[in-house]
Amino acid sequence: MTAVAPQPNRVSQECIMRPGNTNCAGCGMSIGLQLLAQALEGERPYLAIPACCGIVTAGAFPTSAYASPTIATTFASSAAVATGISAVLRQNGDESPVICWTGDGGTYDIGVAALSAAAERNEDVIYICYDNEIYGNTGGQRSSATPAGVATTTTPHGKTERKKDMMAIMAAHRIPYAATLSVAHRGDFLRKIRHARATRGFRFLLMLSPCPTGWKSEPAESVELIRAAVGCGLFPLYEVFDGLRYRINDRPDGTPVEEYVSRQRRYTSAQIDPAVVRARVAEQWRCLEALATAFPAD
Amino acid sequence: MARALMTGNHAAGQALALAGEANRAARGCAGGAYPITPQTEIIEYLRGFEFGKGRIVAVESEHSAMAVCMGASLAGARAFTASSSNGLAYMTENVFAAGYLRLPIVMIAVNRTLGPPWNIWVDQGDSLALRDAPWLQFYTDSHQDLVDTILVAFRVAEDRRVLLPAIVALDGFVVSHTQMAVDIPPQELVDRYLPPCDVPHRLRPEHPATMGGLTWPRETEHQRREIQRAMERVPEVLAEALDEFERVFGRRPDGAFRAEHTGDAGAVLIACNTMARTLRTVVTRRRRAGQRVGMVKAKLFRPFLRQALRDAIGPATRVGVLDRNHSPGSGGIFWQEVAATLQGRPDVLVQDYVVGIGGGDVTPEVIDGILDDLLVRERAAEPVWEEVAT
Ligand SMILES: Cc1ncc(C[n+]2csc(CCOP(=O)(O)OP(=O)(O)O)c2C)c(N)n1
Ligand code: SF4
Repeated sequence: MTAVAPQPNRVSQECIMRPGNTNCAGCGMSIGLQLLAQALEGERPYLAIPACCGIVTAGAFPTSAYASPTIATTFASSAAVATGISAVLRQNGDESPVICWTGDGGTYDIGVAALSAAAERNEDVIYICYDNEIYGNTGGQRSSATPAGVATTTTPHGKTERKKDMMAIMAAHRIPYAATLSVAHRGDFLRKIRHARATRGFRFLLMLSPCPTGWKSEPAESVELIRAAVGCGLFPLYEVFDGLRYRINDRPDGTPVEEYVSRQRRYTSAQIDPAVVRARVAEQWRCLEALATAFPAD
Repeated sequence: MARALMTGNHAAGQALALAGEANRAARGCAGGAYPITPQTEIIEYLRGFEFGKGRIVAVESEHSAMAVCMGASLAGARAFTASSSNGLAYMTENVFAAGYLRLPIVMIAVNRTLGPPWNIWVDQGDSLALRDAPWLQFYTDSHQDLVDTILVAFRVAEDRRVLLPAIVALDGFVVSHTQMAVDIPPQELVDRYLPPCDVPHRLRPEHPATMGGLTWPRETEHQRREIQRAMERVPEVLAEALDEFERVFGRRPDGAFRAEHTGDAGAVLIACNTMARTLRTVVTRRRRAGQRVGMVKAKLFRPFLRQALRDAIGPATRVGVLDRNHSPGSGGIFWQEVAATLQGRPDVLVQDYVVGIGGGDVTPEVIDGILDDLLVRERAAEPVWEEVAT
């Protein structure tokens, strides 16, 4: 047996989210925030967090689970509040990272105008969307990130519309960096955060965030679910530089989509035809491969 | 001091720029800019101004303009913006948020009718709709009053005893787009007048607090009562700010209320903004004709200083309120406050006159008619709508 060298306990320096937060077991945010802290190596970012599970998890005043200076913004405003913070830090020679940590509701829906505007202005902000494909905080309503076929409290018979392609929208802003993040691909995740940190301007990171409560999945399976989402091609791992140069980080490995879909009771069987899902995954990959071939990053 | 002919918007832009620039040795200034008639020239001026340390962000909406101000203030800068009418309505969620976060932002509100129907003329209903937000509200009657009050507003808002944002309102077009001679103070004097902006609860990595998160009812009530107490400290802080203004600039802007001829007046009319100036013309004429009438210019609407108003009104037993705003189902918004202020005086007849809605021209003749009504009326009635010619 190989001995594993004991890791020095750097939690105190590296944590952004402290123990005692109110995340559900198996929440993608818990993993994502740990990886974020590891990648930032003890640096404390300024956090702008809109109304979402991501702020509720801080707990009630006067305690907070966040070990970083944090502002709870109004639902639509994280990108604009972060703009103000970043503007003032930079004019005072402070290069600390300013990070929006937001749900898909705050990103794809109500906050999309402020997000688009901050991206268009190329603000020096890192925007991370933990996309659980649902309004988790308000009890599980649809968002424009909810995939077709998913039952939510406002689509009780399954959503009929498809998920919005936010990465394409952000790439179209020609921002310096956009990338997808998987909590099942630690090395890739850390590298992307580090690249984002080293880049100036607006950076958009989209993390598929397992949500056992909303997805009606097993908390212990969260990481495996995301691995399946990447493996079956539903959630491609890729990067877009300056909105024009593409790099695919991982390709489907033959995992059947059922492996992902059947372990979540949010997918209504009546609405889900695996053949249709497979066709859409194939279409998404044709698109992505064509872009990566025509506009390669490397 | 440079005296120059300029529009109200230009004067407001210059005052904001001077205040922003005065913080260059500290954390600078920042704000959001989004156009809407009739305030647009203010944000255009700010976008063109070259700050030593400052950035005015051209955002995509008023909601974000206030959000940028919040972020800037949370990072310790002096923050400001300007808006009007539907822009203020669109911004509302963040207006409340900025106040509850105790961020000393200053916002210019160029009063304009809320639509629909679309109407770009003056009506104070837009900023008065924000009366329940934790903001100070100043109403100014002239170009000079505007410039001076902007500087005073920063000083009061940023004072540790207050730490609340402030709206400085002016009449759309009547002031924003007309030219008057204004004294614009030199930068050195503004530097002297405005201490460096210090937001004590600004975000700091070495003290990683979470601002604006969940609170239980008890803490929330404490926070609201703190805000009320801060409002109650405004009179003392404002008085100091006016004293200091006089020392530095050699003139004294009006305080919360300005009473004229109320010492012996049987009837008093109350108005804000430029209506107060027209009212002054009427009252001056009537005094010359020997009539015992007086007036009160209402300048500070939040906090509403009830005792100061009672003192300003004096012994009058007939009080009329000119309201260029209307709260449907109730009446004029200033009248509601005045009536509440005088509830301990059953001897006083308080009558509301809703006038100049949608920008109608409130001429001296219109006010003469109102005053005649007030002087002979037997009892107070529901708010009276005074129609004007245009
Ligand atoms: C202006 C406004 N509208 C509605 C709400 C109620 N609300 C709070 S959080 C939320 C949904 C958040 O969903 P998402 O951004 O996906 O984050 P999640 O809760 O899933 O983490 C809603 C609708 C609000 N806070 N503000
Ligand atoms: S509802 Fe979902 S996103 Fe929200 S804390 Fe629970 S698992 Fe996380």
